[in-house]
Amino acid sequence: MSTGKDKLAIFPSRGAQTLMKGRLKGAQKGHSLLKKKADALQMRFRMILSKIVQTKTLMGEVMKEAAFSLAEAKFTTGDFNQVVLQNVTKAQIKIRTKKDNVAGVTLPVFESYQDGTDTYELAGLARGGQQLAKLKKNYQTAIKLLVELASLQTSFVTLDEVIKITNRRVNAIEHVIIPRIERTLAYIISELDELEREEFYRLKKIQDKKRIAKGKAEVIRLQRKEEMLELEAKNMLEGDDEDILF
Amino acid sequence: MTLHSAVKGKLLAVIGDEDTCVGFLLGGIGEINKNRHSNFMVVDKNTAVSDIEDCFKRFVKRDDIDIILINQNVAEMIRHSIDAHTQPIPAVLEIPSKDHPYDATKDSILRRAKGMFNPDDIH
Repeated sequence: MSTGKDKLAIFPSRGAQTLMKGRLKGAQKGHSLLKKKADALQMRFRMILSKIVQTKTLMGEVMKEAAFSLAEAKFTTGDFNQVVLQNVTKAQIKIRTKKDNVAGVTLPVFESYQDGTDTYELAGLARGGQQLAKLKKNYQTAIKLLVELASLQTSFVTLDEVIKITNRRVNAIEHVIIPRIERTLAYIISELDELEREEFYRLKKIQDKKRIAKGKAEVIRLQRKEEMLELEAKNMLEGDDEDILF
Repeated sequence: MTLHSAVKGKLLAVIGDEDTCVGFLLGGIGEINKNRHSNFMVVDKNTAVSDIEDCFKRFVKRDDIDIILINQNVAEMIRHSIDAHTQPIPAVLEIPSKDHPYDATKDSILRRAKGMFNPDDIH
């Protein structure tokens, strides 16, 4: 009972009891709040998960179309792979990061934006320009989709981590902190009860002692009184006798 | 994330076969920085796995890259590196390549998701 593990080391007194009661209230409040947070996160998490699955299947189709238009463009223009690979300079599509807030958790949201001019403006000038334009458009659509998917996935990973932490906290409060406080409270109450009983017993004992002492004193007083009376009576008789003699 | 990097636009990186890279470059994501480091890597059948792995790790370390696109068949080769990457940023996305259709069961993220929910929810 008195090991430090199953209850807090605290002196059992009225003050400590109020303190513990406050703490228990706090822990219960924190527990319910954390539970709400975990639920909110879980809801968002499931939403994101279903969105991810949707987008992933959509991505498969978009990528297929993009790859097909690449083949089309190659068929009309001839092989331009090396030209494209060699002529890379500056990125045209860049990513901005924004923050989204879910129950106190910041989730990064990616957003693509156009920046600068098209490096391959002149590609396909001789022939196959239309196909190349279509190809570029298709791949830009794919990139937009992939950026969206990336933010979903990042949110997924972040939320997964946060949900784990929150659940761990909820469980810790529920199974460790609250029982410990309750045990401490029970201990304090039992100690206080014992003190009270002791006090009560002591009072009774003292009353008893006092009564006994009082009784004894009474007896002694009565004895003294009797003795005194006897003495007085004898004295009177003796005195009288003497008086009579002289 | 610092204010500085939030203001500056981040890049996408690609690791994949030639056609995938060419496609995304035409889409306009390619960039070569001052040190002549590109943000894409072309993988062909002669590329060593260790090279891909080094490249992936380099991309992960670069702080101007936010999203890494990687062909699923390439991702399959360096699966352990991808699984070891657990930070949210940069996000690693597995994309289908021209000659390998997309297989959801191999995706690192979806495999993690499967562990938490029953498969009926996913599909």
